[in-house]
Amino acid sequence: MSAETILRTDAPPAEPARRIAPTSPALLLSEEHSLCPGCGEPLAVRMLLEALEETPGLKGAIGVVGIGCYTTFTRTMDVDAIQALHGRAPSLATGAKRMRPESLVFTLQGDGDMVNEGLQEVLHAAARGESVTCVLLNNGVFGETGGHMTATTVLGQRTKNSLEGRDPGYHGYPILIGDLIARLEGATYVARGSVHDAKGVARTKRMLKRAFASQQQGLGFSFVEVLTMCPTGWFIPTAEGPGYLDRVLGSVHITGELKRDGRVTPTEELRAENEKLAGERFGE
Amino acid sequence: MATVTSRGTVTIHVEQCKGCDLCIPACPPGVLRMSEALNARGYRYPELRPGCTGCGACLLVCPDFVFAVYQYETPVRTEVSA
Amino acid sequence: MTRQLLEGAEAIAEAGIAAGCRFFAGYPMTPFTEVLEHFAKKLPAVGGTCINAESELEAVGMAWGAAATGARAATGSCGQGLALMQESFSELVRAELPLVILNMARGQGDYFQTTRGGGHGDYRIPSLAPMDLREAVELTQLAFHLADKWRNPVILYGDYLIAHTWESVEVPPLDFGALPPKEWASTGERRGRGGSRMVSSLGMRRGGEAMSDVEEFWKLLSKKSQRIAAEEPRFEAGFTEGAELVVVAFGTAARFARYAVQQLRQEGVPVGYVRPITLWPFPSEGVRRAAAGARKVAVFELNAGQMLDDVRLAVMERAEVSFIGGISTDRSQFGVGALLDTELIRQRILCALRGEEIPS
Repeated sequence: MSAETILRTDAPPAEPARRIAPTSPALLLSEEHSLCPGCGEPLAVRMLLEALEETPGLKGAIGVVGIGCYTTFTRTMDVDAIQALHGRAPSLATGAKRMRPESLVFTLQGDGDMVNEGLQEVLHAAARGESVTCVLLNNGVFGETGGHMTATTVLGQRTKNSLEGRDPGYHGYPILIGDLIARLEGATYVARGSVHDAKGVARTKRMLKRAFASQQQGLGFSFVEVLTMCPTGWFIPTAEGPGYLDRVLGSVHITGELKRDGRVTPTEELRAENEKLAGERFGE
Repeated sequence: MATVTSRGTVTIHVEQCKGCDLCIPACPPGVLRMSEALNARGYRYPELRPGCTGCGACLLVCPDFVFAVYQYETPVRTEVSA
Repeated sequence: MTRQLLEGAEAIAEAGIAAGCRFFAGYPMTPFTEVLEHFAKKLPAVGGTCINAESELEAVGMAWGAAATGARAATGSCGQGLALMQESFSELVRAELPLVILNMARGQGDYFQTTRGGGHGDYRIPSLAPMDLREAVELTQLAFHLADKWRNPVILYGDYLIAHTWESVEVPPLDFGALPPKEWASTGERRGRGGSRMVSSLGMRRGGEAMSDVEEFWKLLSKKSQRIAAEEPRFEAGFTEGAELVVVAFGTAARFARYAVQQLRQEGVPVGYVRPITLWPFPSEGVRRAAAGARKVAVFELNAGQMLDDVRLAVMERAEVSFIGGISTDRSQFGVGALLDTELIRQRILCALRGEEIPS
């Protein structure tokens, strides 16, 4: 190992070079956070803030944040923000958007927040076609309270209160919230991304930009679900997080644009698209 | 001795790293490895070998904003031992 | 200003709009439903929004979001619906958000709910109890003013009688004084350069540390509550000069009690009354002074004895406090009980004065 050539990485290169992107979004006040090593949530939040920065014609923006590990970003995202109670962000976003229709209004919630506590809130906002974008960080556990089962936990997934794995007879079945929302007429753009690899992260950003554009065009309710790693909640080493996410959660919560221009994408189409994308390499 | 071409490079904010290892498999040319040494918080951190393409995959998958990624105007050649 | 024959629910909605309310969300529940209906009819005409929320929790949530952007917003229900909103009420105090809550209560049994609250932690919410439509029009507007002045929710304690009685009223816009601009609001306009705002009940600071000094924050909020308690008690009293017994009553029940006291005075019976207008902060000083010369204090309310506790605390050993109210409601449980009868109340006052048992 010590024979390997290791390059200096403590300063920008001396040779002429172009920095390809900022390390963190301009709208993030601090790179410090106390989220676990290997957490996928910062990847999603970075894409959200970059998507916001890159949305053309943005007059105003209001972020309504739920309660979970990601709540730490309420104070570090440099956007007018409203802290909501667990599950309640969609109703707050509704009130905010009605009073400030020229602002782009989004929620940032976890699966425990949105699909457990706040299921009726997000379904009603979607059905009403509320002109807001709800963003879900889905890791299949209640991260902040220690890794318990949520309504999106998949069968066989080990959590603090399903240690033998989620059992349909005892624990019931997961709710595939993106798919559920796609079937509501008020929802026009519904997508599910995953941050398990660089391609997935980049794809998630495209989905967020499309969702925001959809809101800007006044097309109704938009929704982006982002599957994120939670190695702590899954009891696995951080390095195994992405693989677990893709294999265990990603095989049930299928990624892709679940609804576009009012049309629900059939699952076979989603799978076919994913297989095609799997063959592409990131970068180059 | 062999020559490796790097089309890009990175800076690594060692003290901000939490040793999650996600950048290692994410790097398409596989030029990152985790250090032996520990940073002040006790985590191993990534180190860079020649061959970076400046693609930015590490930047995208790092939860702790450790990387800044650069693309050289002219690719840089490095002599490495075998 | 013209007088109109309006039902209370409409007068309250008119008053809210006169006060600048531009957002209302509610869930239908008797006897509050008509308030929602009237806001739904009137708000669009003034550029406001009224949403028929799918649940009480969503109603208070929508009003929360609207208020957080700096708008004058309100929600409401009856006590049952407010019971569902309790967590949000306590958090709204901590978020320092103005919000007016219109309780068209099913009687007087919500006194504890409105003054003690069912949310968690230390928090206080001012509560205003009108006795008729004229006062409801005034106090609805005062509620919006106090909410903005203190950056706190304020409850208007109305009831079935207020909401569903038709009276000839006028709804003049009332000016309670200048208020500072809402610099704290998340209007959506500030983004980047570290200038954005954050409306949060968690005691965090924009750009601050993740774990901020919550204890310090709660203590500051508590001091605010103490200032509200010092500055905002309101009450009304009558016939207290030389009174041997003072009746204490609130809301619509007080209208009947006042009438009974007035009648008794005309017959030479030395009784008086004091009517708390703010249920919280309870006008303890006002009640004490009104009862200063009296031997007895009789509390009349349509419940098992709730304001009774606050009267006892205010009066202490200075006079003998008795309860001449009781649980009384109609068959629909809307609070229009048979005890709302000036003759019955008259009898009970006389019993209390003579030290006799109240007939059940």
